[in-house]
Order: sequence, then C-alpha cells, then structure tokens
Amino acid sequence: MTKVIVVTSGKGGVGKTTSSSSFASGLALRGHKTAVIDFDVGLRNLDLIMGCERRVVYDFVNVINGESTLKQALIKDKHCDNLFVLPASQTRDKDALDTASVGRVINELRDSFDYIVCDSPAGIEKGALMALYYADEALIVTNPEVSSVRDSDRILGILAAKSKRAEDGAEPIKEHLLITRYSPRRAAAGEMLSVTDVQEILSIPLLGVIPETEAVLQASNAGVPVIHDIESNAGQAYRDVVARFLGEDVPMRFLTADKKGFFSRLFGA
Amino acid sequence: MKQSTREDFKKNTHGKDSALDIKGSVFTLTVLCLKSTDNAAIELALHEHLSRAPRFFHNAPVVIDVKALPHDVSGDAATTLDFALLTALLRKHNLVPVGVRHAAPEQLDGVIAAGLAILQGGTKPEPVERAVAPTTRASAAPPPQTTTTKIVRQPVRSGQQIYAKGGDLILLAPVNAGAEVLADGNIHIYAPLRGRALAGVTGDMNARIFTHSLEAELVSVAGHYRIFEQQPAADVHGKSVQIYLENERLIITPLI
Repeated sequence: MTKVIVVTSGKGGVGKTTSSSSFASGLALRGHKTAVIDFDVGLRNLDLIMGCERRVVYDFVNVINGESTLKQALIKDKHCDNLFVLPASQTRDKDALDTASVGRVINELRDSFDYIVCDSPAGIEKGALMALYYADEALIVTNPEVSSVRDSDRILGILAAKSKRAEDGAEPIKEHLLITRYSPRRAAAGEMLSVTDVQEILSIPLLGVIPETEAVLQASNAGVPVIHDIESNAGQAYRDVVARFLGEDVPMRFLTADKKGFFSRLFGA
Repeated sequence: MKQSTREDFKKNTHGKDSALDIKGSVFTLTVLCLKSTDNAAIELALHEHLSRAPRFFHNAPVVIDVKALPHDVSGDAATTLDFALLTALLRKHNLVPVGVRHAAPEQLDGVIAAGLAILQGGTKPEPVERAVAPTTRASAAPPPQTTTTKIVRQPVRSGQQIYAKGGDLILLAPVNAGAEVLADGNIHIYAPLRGRALAGVTGDMNARIFTHSLEAELVSVAGHYRIFEQQPAADVHGKSVQIYLENERLIITPLI
C-alpha cells in the first residue's frame, strides 16, 4: 500500500526541501521505490537540491495539463536507483494545480511507488493545500524558534481540517515532528526553544532532530542531499529519521551540546 | 418575583415495574418575598397584587422567602412569623404554598408544622412527598432547557476557532497561541491555555474559565476582557486558575 507523505511547515526557510530530499533519498536507500514531488510551482528548488536541475524537460504542471506523460516528467535520481523526482514548473504559478488533477497524478504514481513524498511550498495557500490534500502522513518541519512553531501549529490545524482524510472523515493524517537547525548549545543557553518546549506546544510525536551544521548548506550547494554525507551529524540524523519512520527503535542523538575540548577552545574551532 | 428552584422533587407514578418512580425536576415557581410579619399587612398587599391578575395566580404554587424580613421588630421578627396562619391566608387567596426559602434554623419547626417544605437556604432535607403538589401551574411551566456541552479532544491550533453555542466548552487538549475558544457558558481547559478564551460571549456574567495552566493571550467573561501583553502576573502564570467576574471586574485566582 503506497503511502503519501507531505513535508510541510507553514513557514519558509525552515528546511522543508532539504528534509524532503534527504527523507526521500533515505527511503530509496533503504530499498523502497520513492517519488518526490515539488509542489512549489513557480519557485522550484527541489531539483537544485537534488542536483537534477539540468535534466528537467517536462514538469508537474506539464503532466497535469496532459502535455507530457508522467514517465517523461519523472527524473531518475543520480544517487539512488529507487528514487524519482517530479520537478515543479518554474514558469507557472500555483493556480495551475487543482485537487482533481493532482489526485490523478498521485494515483498514477501509486501504481509503481511505495512512497510518494510531497515537498510543500511555504504558506497556507493553494500550493501548500494541494501538497497536503492527499497525504496519509505528514512531516512537520519546525525550527526551534517561536514563529516557526506558531506556523507549524497553524499547518497542523489545516491538516486536521482541509485534507482529504479530514473531508472524508477517515482516520486523521499521522503527524510527525521533525525539528531542524537545532543547536543544543544555544538551546541550553536559552537562546532557542528546546526540543521539549517545541514538543509541548505542538503535542505531536517527535520523529527526529536535525542539528544545525554547515554540511547542510554545502550539500545543498553541491546538489547532493545531505543524507549522503554520512560523516556529518545532519546526514546521520536524517538516516535515524528514516529508520524511525520505518518503525525501527533508534535513540535520539545530537540533543546535547558537545563538551569543547581544551584545544578546540584554544583555537576557537 | 419568579424564580426557579433546583430542590424540587416530583413524584412520578408512571413506573412500569414499581408502583412509582422518584425523579428530580426543576420548576418555575412564584416566590413571595415577605417584608413584614404582620398578617394584615401581608393580606392587604396580597390582595392588591392578586387583583391585577386574578386568573394568573389561581392555584399557583408559591414559595415563601423570608430572607428580606426585618430583624429589628421584637428582637428577631422572623421567629415570630406564624407559618400556619400565613399558609391559611395564602390558601384563602387560592394560592398553594409549597415551601419556605431562607428559613432561619429556629424557624424550621414552625415551617414543618405548617406542612411546608424547606427550600434552598434550609438546613434539613426536605420531605420528598411534600415538596411539590402537582398542579396545573407547575405542569404548564415550560420544561427547562438542558444546556449543550461541547467536548474537544484535539489540540486547538493557531488560527482555529471553536465556539460552544448555548452551553459550556470542555477542552481536553491545549489551546495554542493564536487559537480562540468561545462559549456562551463556561470554558474548562484541562490543559494549558495559550491562546484566547472568551466565556459568556452572549452576556452571561456568571460564566467562568478554568484552565490547568494559564499562559493566555487574552481572557474574557461576558465582554470584560484582559490581555496579557507581557506574561500574566507571576502568581498565576502557568498555574491552575479560574477566571470570573466579580462586581464587573475580572478576577483570576489560583485553583489550589
């Protein structure tokens, strides 16, 4: 049974696309056939982060308008055989999307994929609503910061009210909290909300915490999802997230600040 | 003059298995608020009132309220009130006295001896079989509306609004910042209140708000509101509190 997972946050710049790319790659690395759809029509980014921007010929809107087949538009990822990217259109806007056509594309993807990851645009307008409408599960990406938590709270309300599952009165969307850009040192110093603070406000189960590292920015610029960087904390944390999502019991890591050694303190590293 | 009493019990003889069922019920009853113990003065005033609408009060069940009686006449005037005489006087005017409210402890014997029930304010349980004589007046009163209570188990999230129309609102999960909960009656939140809570929105001054942890942005009872621009005072922030109106002032007190 194919699962549709929306990666959403309300607020922009919190790491939705980074998380979508690494999460989808992680599922594919674990042997699951995965498609990741960029719903950010007009501001497409996913293809950049996945490093396939130069291979985009047809996009999501072309498929919706019947100008290309789904097979023509899907781009095979360079790192994982099981992963395909459906890029957004850069030249259209979100009005190109509607529930019936999106539903048709998702149903077609169900035939050949185990997981469909929907990378939501920021905001609570049409693009975001389309991305979450068919979801079975949701990854709520939140930074440990009040405005991000507030927006995540808002989007959780929308998930509970405006998704297809809500409209059909079916079992509600399964929600997972993913805290990104977390700095244990700053949380301990009270400059950031702690994991407990965020969890208390949003009251949904925690799937994982991605520490703030430079590796994420480097990976984005290089067009390689950070999950492939197994040296980095963020890469390892995303692997943990995928394992937990697949039902494994993996302890949380990177929640406490590393004690700085004498030399690193001396040289400010 | 009219008040409903909650302590009336009605004998119900429609049981199928037993000969009777005993059920609680609420009636709208006429209350006579006595201001004098002088039977002549009472009769005069009664005659004046009843003559205006004789049919309306015909066989009406009445409750005698002695709270307003002056206590300066012969030390304790209330004790000198003769309930047997008063009962006879009311019956003569085709009223059906059923009970006495706010009777002082020393009056209770007199009330019971006159065959009347002790209502709200009394200290003894009222005799059930004497509580209400079923009359046409009582049964003609409209049945009291049971208020509807809305129960919410999911968190109320930023941007969401929940309104309990015509009753109370009970929330078993947090009301987050940017969310708004409203009720015509009381609001109970068995979780933190971080957003806005407005009780008694249609003007019920007796409505109250209860929460396990006050972290609210705004609270309001019957239009009297308070915003917490900064965090609420340290003695109530994060505490279990109730919020209510007293002399049109919003009072926030810890529950424990």
